Amino acid sequence: MSQNLNNVIKQAEQVILGKPQQIRFALACLLARGHLLIEDLPGVGKTTLAHVLARTLGLQFQRIQFTSDLLPADILGVSVYQRDTSEFKFHPGQIFAQMILADEINRATPKAQSALLEAMEEQQVTIEGTTRPLPTPFFVIATQNPAYQIGTFALPESQLDRFLMRIQMGYPDAQAERGLLSGVDRREIVAQLSPQMESNELLAMQKRAREIFVSPALLDYVQAILLHTREAARYTHGLSPRAGLALLSAARAWALLDSRDAVIPEDVQAILPGVVSHRLQAVGEYARQNSNVLVRELIEAVAIP
Amino acid sequence: MNKPLTYGLLLCILMVIAPHAEHLPLWVSSLCAGLLLWRTYLAYSGKALPKRWLLALITFAGTVGIVIEFNTLFGREASVTLLVLLATLKLMELHKARDAMVLIYLACFIIITNFFYSQSIPTALYLLATMMVVVATWVHLQAQSIALKPRLRIAAVLLLQAIPLMLILFILFPRVPGPLWGLPQDAYSSSGLDDKMSPGSLSRLILSEAVAFRVTFNDKPPRRNQMYWRGPVLWYFDGRTWTPGTTVLALAPKFTELDQAIDYVVTLEPHNKPWLFALDVPDKLSVPATLTFDFQLLNNAPVNTRLRYAARSNLVYHANLQEAPRPLQRGLQLPKQFNPRARQLAAEWRASNKDDVAIVNTALSYFNKQNFVYTLEPPPLDVNTVDDFLFTTKQGFCEHYASSFVFLMRAANIPARVVTGYLGGEFNDVGNYYIVRQSDAHAWAEVWLAGQGWVRVDPTGAIAPDRVQRSLSAAVSNNAALPFMARNPPQWMRDLRFNLDTLANQWNQWVLGYDTERQFAFLMRLGMESVTWQKMALNMMSGLGIVIALFSLYMLRHLFTQQPDKVQAAWLKLCRRLTKAGLPRAAHEGAQDYAARVAASRPELAEAILDLATRYISLRYGAMNDELAQRVFLQRATAFKT
Repeated sequence: MSQNLNNVIKQAEQVILGKPQQIRFALACLLARGHLLIEDLPGVGKTTLAHVLARTLGLQFQRIQFTSDLLPADILGVSVYQRDTSEFKFHPGQIFAQMILADEINRATPKAQSALLEAMEEQQVTIEGTTRPLPTPFFVIATQNPAYQIGTFALPESQLDRFLMRIQMGYPDAQAERGLLSGVDRREIVAQLSPQMESNELLAMQKRAREIFVSPALLDYVQAILLHTREAARYTHGLSPRAGLALLSAARAWALLDSRDAVIPEDVQAILPGVVSHRLQAVGEYARQNSNVLVRELIEAVAIP
Repeated sequence: MNKPLTYGLLLCILMVIAPHAEHLPLWVSSLCAGLLLWRTYLAYSGKALPKRWLLALITFAGTVGIVIEFNTLFGREASVTLLVLLATLKLMELHKARDAMVLIYLACFIIITNFFYSQSIPTALYLLATMMVVVATWVHLQAQSIALKPRLRIAAVLLLQAIPLMLILFILFPRVPGPLWGLPQDAYSSSGLDDKMSPGSLSRLILSEAVAFRVTFNDKPPRRNQMYWRGPVLWYFDGRTWTPGTTVLALAPKFTELDQAIDYVVTLEPHNKPWLFALDVPDKLSVPATLTFDFQLLNNAPVNTRLRYAARSNLVYHANLQEAPRPLQRGLQLPKQFNPRARQLAAEWRASNKDDVAIVNTALSYFNKQNFVYTLEPPPLDVNTVDDFLFTTKQGFCEHYASSFVFLMRAANIPARVVTGYLGGEFNDVGNYYIVRQSDAHAWAEVWLAGQGWVRVDPTGAIAPDRVQRSLSAAVSNNAALPFMARNPPQWMRDLRFNLDTLANQWNQWVLGYDTERQFAFLMRLGMESVTWQKMALNMMSGLGIVIALFSLYMLRHLFTQQPDKVQAAWLKLCRRLTKAGLPRAAHEGAQDYAARVAASRPELAEAILDLATRYISLRYGAMNDELAQRVFLQRATAFKT
C-alpha cells in the first residue's frame, strides 16, 4: 500500500474517532470503484466521514440533500435557453463532482432516487439526448435513515444492489465520544485538512486493486459462500452473481489496503458484512436478527476449502 | 561421498558376498573381511582412501593368488572369487557418484552368482532382502535428501512393481533344456546311498535328515512292508565290505506273473550317482534308463539335477525263474579264509534241512531266537566280522543282518546278494506325498530259490519287525542317537515340518523344476496353442510392453488428472496436529487468523506458525507457485513440532 493511502487513513482516523473499520470500509469501497451506503441515525458522523474522505483524498466534493421535493433535474442538471447566444446551455447538476454525499437518500421520491442510482451505475448522465460523462474518480456515499423512520421511501432491493457496501456507523465508544466532546469542532478540523493524494493517484490505486490476484482456491471459497446462501433455508433468496462479483472486487480492495497482492479468505470474511448485509434477507425468526449476526453466522457456516 | 551412503554401500557388498564366504578360499574370505573392516574404519574416521598404487598392488596380488588357487581365472569358482574380491576392492576407490553406481551394479550381479550355489527358499528370501538393501542404497545415491524410511518404501515399491515383470519373464522366457549352468563340476554335494556297504556305513547315513526323494502315488500307496526302494545291489564280499562286483553283466532280467501294478511319480534329489530308485519290480519308466541284470535302474549319467520320473512297479512278481549261470555263480562268492564258525553253522543247516526254503527259514528263526539286538550303535567287530557278530556281539544294524544273512546263505550254497536302498517313507498329509529321507536307508537280502527266482528276504524283519512295519524309532532299543525328527516329535512339529517340506516341494516342482517340458505344458493349459519359443518370446515382449506401459501411465497420471493439492494436504495435516495439541482450527478460520490465534496462545510456536501460514497463504492464494517455495513449505510443515 502506498504511503499516501496510509496517510489518508491516519488523517481520517484523527478526525473520525473510534471508527477505523468504517473508514477502511469506505476506502475499500472507493478503491473497488463501488458506492457506499451508510445506514444509521442522524448525527453519528456520516456526513463527517464523507467530508473527511473527500478532503484528504483531494476530491471535488458535492453534497446533495435529498428531500421529498427533490427533482431529477436538480441532481443531473438542466439545459437552459440563453437569450444572448440564442442557444441552450447545460447547467450541470450537483452530481457532477468526484465525490457525492447523497444525504438521507430515502427521503426523496423514487424518481429522484433512481436518477441518482442510474447515474451511479452508468458513470454518465444523459440529458436531452446528450451523454455527458461524470468525472473520475466518481464515488457516491449515500446515507439513509433507518427504514422505520417516518416519511421515508425505502430503497427497493434492486436499488440497494447498486451499492457495493452498506455499513453502519454505530455509536462511538466511551473513549472516542469523550475525545469528540472535549475536542475542537469537527467542522473546523475538516476545513483545515490537507489532501494526501491526487486524483490520478487514486485512479492508479483503483487500477491496482483490480489487478490483485485471485486464486482458484479463493474462488472456491467465494462460490461456497454463494452456494450456501442459495441453499440455506434461512434466506429469502441467495446472493446473485453480481453480489459474487461485488464480493471479489471488495475483497481485492481490502487486500490492497492490507498491502497484499493476493486475496485471502480473511479478506472475504472482512468485507462480507459490508457487501452482503443489504443483499441478504433472512426469513422467519432470523429476520429479526441483527444483520451483523446474520453475516457472522454465514461466515461460520462456510468452511474454507 | 557422504558417510551414510558409504555405510549403505558397505552393507550392500557385505550382504551380497556373505553367502559366498563359506565356499571361497579362506584367504579370500579373510582378505574381504579385512578390507570391509578397513573401509568401515576409514569411513568412520573420515580418513583419506588408500593410494592408487597400494590398491593396484592388492588387486594384482589377489588376482595372482586366485590364478594359483584355481589355475585359471575362468569358470564358476575362479570368476566368482575374482568378482567378490574386485567388488570389495572397488569400495576402496569410492570417489565419485559413478563409483557408487558401479558398486550397485556389481552388487546386483553378485546377487545372481549366489544362485550358482544354492537355490533354496531361504537363499531366495535372503537375496530378496539383499536386493531391497541394494535398491534402497541406489535410491539414496540418486536422491540424497530422502530419509531412510521413505527410501526403504521407495525400494519396496520398486521391487513390488517388478513382480509382474518378473512373473512374465519367469513364465515366458524360453527355457533351455537341461540346467542353465550345468557344468560337470556343478553337481550338488550331498551324502546319499553309496555302492559300498561295510559295518557302520548305513547307521552313519541314518543320521542324515536330508531328503532322498519324494514320491506321489497315483492311487492307493502300497503297504509299508512292501515299500522297498531298490538301490545298489551288492555282490562281492571281501570279509568286511560289500561292493557291486566287477562288471555289470549284459543280461536282460525276466519278470513273469506280474500283478498288483502300482503307478507313482518320484522326484529324486541329486545324489551324484546314476541309480534311480523304484519299488520291486519296475516295468515302466518315463525317463530313459537301463534295467540291469540285478534289477537296478541306472540313469545314463549321474543324477546331478533334481530328476522327476514316473514309474510303474509290480508288487507281485517272479524274477528270473531261469537264472543264467554267471549270476548264480556270483551269488555264491565268499572270501577265502574268514569266518569259519559261520561256515560251519551253514554247513550244519545244509545237512539238517532238506531244501533251500527250509534253510532260509532256519536262518531267520536263528536271528529271531538268539537274542539279537537291533541297535544304531553296535560294538566294533574284529577281522572275522560275521563270526564276531553272530556269536559274540549279537548287536547290529540292518547292514550287519543283511551281510551275515547273505554270508550264511552263500555258505549254505544258496545264491544270495545284498540289496541296499530305502525302506518306507514318511507320509506328508499336507502335500499328499511320501518323503523318503536318508534316515530311511536300509539293507536287505535277496536269495535265488529254484521255482521262485529271486526272493526278497529281510533278516532285519526277523529281529525288529517294527523297523519294517512301522518306523525306525519304533524298532531301535535306544533311539537317542537318532536325529530328533526321526524319534517321535510332537504333532505340531510334525505338521510344521510337513508344511515346510510341502512348500519346498512346490518350490522344487514349480520354480526350480520349471523346465521346457513344464513350461510347454503350463502354457498349453493357459490356452496357448502350439507353443514355440518364437511365440513365447513375442508374448513375453508384448507382456513386458503392456506392463511397462501401464506403469508409465500410472506414473504420468498427473498429466491427465488433477493432482491432490500437496500444500493443502500438508496444511490440513498441520492443523490436525495443532488440534491434537489443543488448538483446533474452526472450519471457517483462515490461515492468517488461525496462525495469529495459535501464536497468541502459544508464543513459543509463534515464529514457526506465522512463517508457515505466510508461506501457505502465498502458495495457496498467491499468484506465484514455484516448486522451491512449495518444497520449503512442505519440509517445514513436516518438521513442525507442537
